Amino acid sequence: MVTVLPRRARPSSKAADPPVAGGKQQSSAQRFWRDRFLLLIGLPGIVLLILFHYVPLLGNVIAFKDYQPYLTIPESPWVGLDNFRIVIDGDPEFVNALVNTLVISFVQLVLVFPVPIGLALLLNSLMSERLKRIAQSVLYLPHFMSWVIVVAIFQHMLGNAGLYNTWARVHDLPLLSIIGNPDLFIPLITSQVIWKDAGWGTIIFLAAMSRVDTQLYESVAVDGGGRMRQLWHVTLPTIRPVIVLLLILRLGDVLSVGFEQIFLQQGPVGLDASEVLDTYVYNRGIVGGNWGAAAAVGLMKGLIGTVLVLAANKVAHLFGERGVYAKW
Amino acid sequence: MINGTEPPTKTARGAKGVVLLIACALVIVPFLAVISTSLADQQQITEAGGYVLFPSHPSFDAYQAIFRGGVVTRATIVSILLTVVGCGLSIVVVVSMAYSLSRPGSWGQRPLLFLVLFTMLFSAGIIPNYLLIKELGLIDSYWALLLPGLTSAFQIIIVRAFFLEVPGEILDAAKIDGANEFQILVRVMLPLSKAVVAVVGLFSAVGYWNAYFNAILYINSPEKWPLQLVLRTYVVDNTSIGVDIPGEVVPPQQSLQMAILVVSLVPICLVYPFLQRHFAKGIVLGAVKG
Repeated sequence: MVTVLPRRARPSSKAADPPVAGGKQQSSAQRFWRDRFLLLIGLPGIVLLILFHYVPLLGNVIAFKDYQPYLTIPESPWVGLDNFRIVIDGDPEFVNALVNTLVISFVQLVLVFPVPIGLALLLNSLMSERLKRIAQSVLYLPHFMSWVIVVAIFQHMLGNAGLYNTWARVHDLPLLSIIGNPDLFIPLITSQVIWKDAGWGTIIFLAAMSRVDTQLYESVAVDGGGRMRQLWHVTLPTIRPVIVLLLILRLGDVLSVGFEQIFLQQGPVGLDASEVLDTYVYNRGIVGGNWGAAAAVGLMKGLIGTVLVLAANKVAHLFGERGVYAKW
Repeated sequence: MINGTEPPTKTARGAKGVVLLIACALVIVPFLAVISTSLADQQQITEAGGYVLFPSHPSFDAYQAIFRGGVVTRATIVSILLTVVGCGLSIVVVVSMAYSLSRPGSWGQRPLLFLVLFTMLFSAGIIPNYLLIKELGLIDSYWALLLPGLTSAFQIIIVRAFFLEVPGEILDAAKIDGANEFQILVRVMLPLSKAVVAVVGLFSAVGYWNAYFNAILYINSPEKWPLQLVLRTYVVDNTSIGVDIPGEVVPPQQSLQMAILVVSLVPICLVYPFLQRHFAKGIVLGAVKG
């Protein structure tokens, strides 16, 4: 998750300092020469950045070509918008992936997004700092586990031969059939996301809550309001900008749902229940060899995702929130 | 924590305690079961019916078996090397980029910064990235796993934000003393920024240790697999682990699987205290502080 706000250099810092002693404006060429060592230091990074983030953008031309691995990209014949036919004509496998993506995204928006907020409110209301720290240490841990570890742990807890089911068999209790069950795939991955990241997600809300002006709590108390009123009238309004910000970022990501996580579990569940746009691109392109079509879907997904983030940000501005790019 | 109110009622406190306890147990119990089962022998596993929560007499046979050389041993070494090299390279690249973008009024700073930030907004996608690696001839090479992740916009922004906080006077003083930009970075800036460098190093190290999908994409030879891919094959996909120990009892599959899982957990747990402290700071620095 990306949660960075570029910060404007503070007016008091050296951003306002004259670039050189004497403060005379220099031409671009002079400044380039003055900063040559500085730029040289940044050069390796810039080269890597362009090579691995911008050069691949060019590779998207194969969305308009009939690319075959034995031909180079320039040699492959142009096919116009043929590769986009699966999108336009609604190829059933593509539609399935799209629907799954949107359903999973929506379910996770509703079920996953509020969990860290609730958990943060709970942690914030703890009287004992020590208890709070211990709880945080425990709840943050799963965030640092890879998806392979998380999926492995879920399988060994809930799987057919897992901890619960072996225990239940011994004690004649009802068995769980969750792992590998297409009907329960969405609840399974949703609970994995909560298990892994809900604790970690509290950090940003806790930080926001720590900035609440405690005098406001006292004012509410003086006016006869209890803890619920403090929560509703003081805490929640304080963290509202953060909630909006994270919601925006989440909406911008609506077409990306836990690729690494889902990819690991596709085998037993089957593609009907588990194919999402990202896995579709991989399975169709790199596994299936249908490079052009996969690139076309990937390109559309990327473009729509970018438009969504920018649009969500615009909407946030309209509602008076600062959004993601307000600082620029 | 909250002043000016009467303490919460007994019921409220009880309810909170229960919720918190359940939440923590949901995290701890699985880890406990994994570790315990990795330490159990066949007899205990049979008695417990599959998984052990408290091994009565722990045995390290499973660990000895997977570290006898062979797939898991090799993959562990590969992962450690990838993590160390990736972490080192990340620090160098991120710090140098952040520094070159942190000096006020430097040439082309805003366009270059935009170049960095735009990567957060739009990424080319799996297919073009794969084609690039293929064109570069890096398929089946560890460079394919190391290089693309070095220029993380998120990390660059965090380090740059930190560098911007360093008073310009200190750097100017170094300049007047005749230090060049490189010396300023290494001798002045870095010693002042150990904390943020640690954050970046940990970020990258965890990222490299946990990555598995890039290895699926780019690494074809199983003998080059990192640990996460071995974990996927033997634990998630449940492929049977062929451990051949002549003349000895082979530890049960479950213990072997859980032992691999524990091996992949351990490095994360070792750095976890630092992670928790610094990551939280980094996230908050980037996001909330205005």
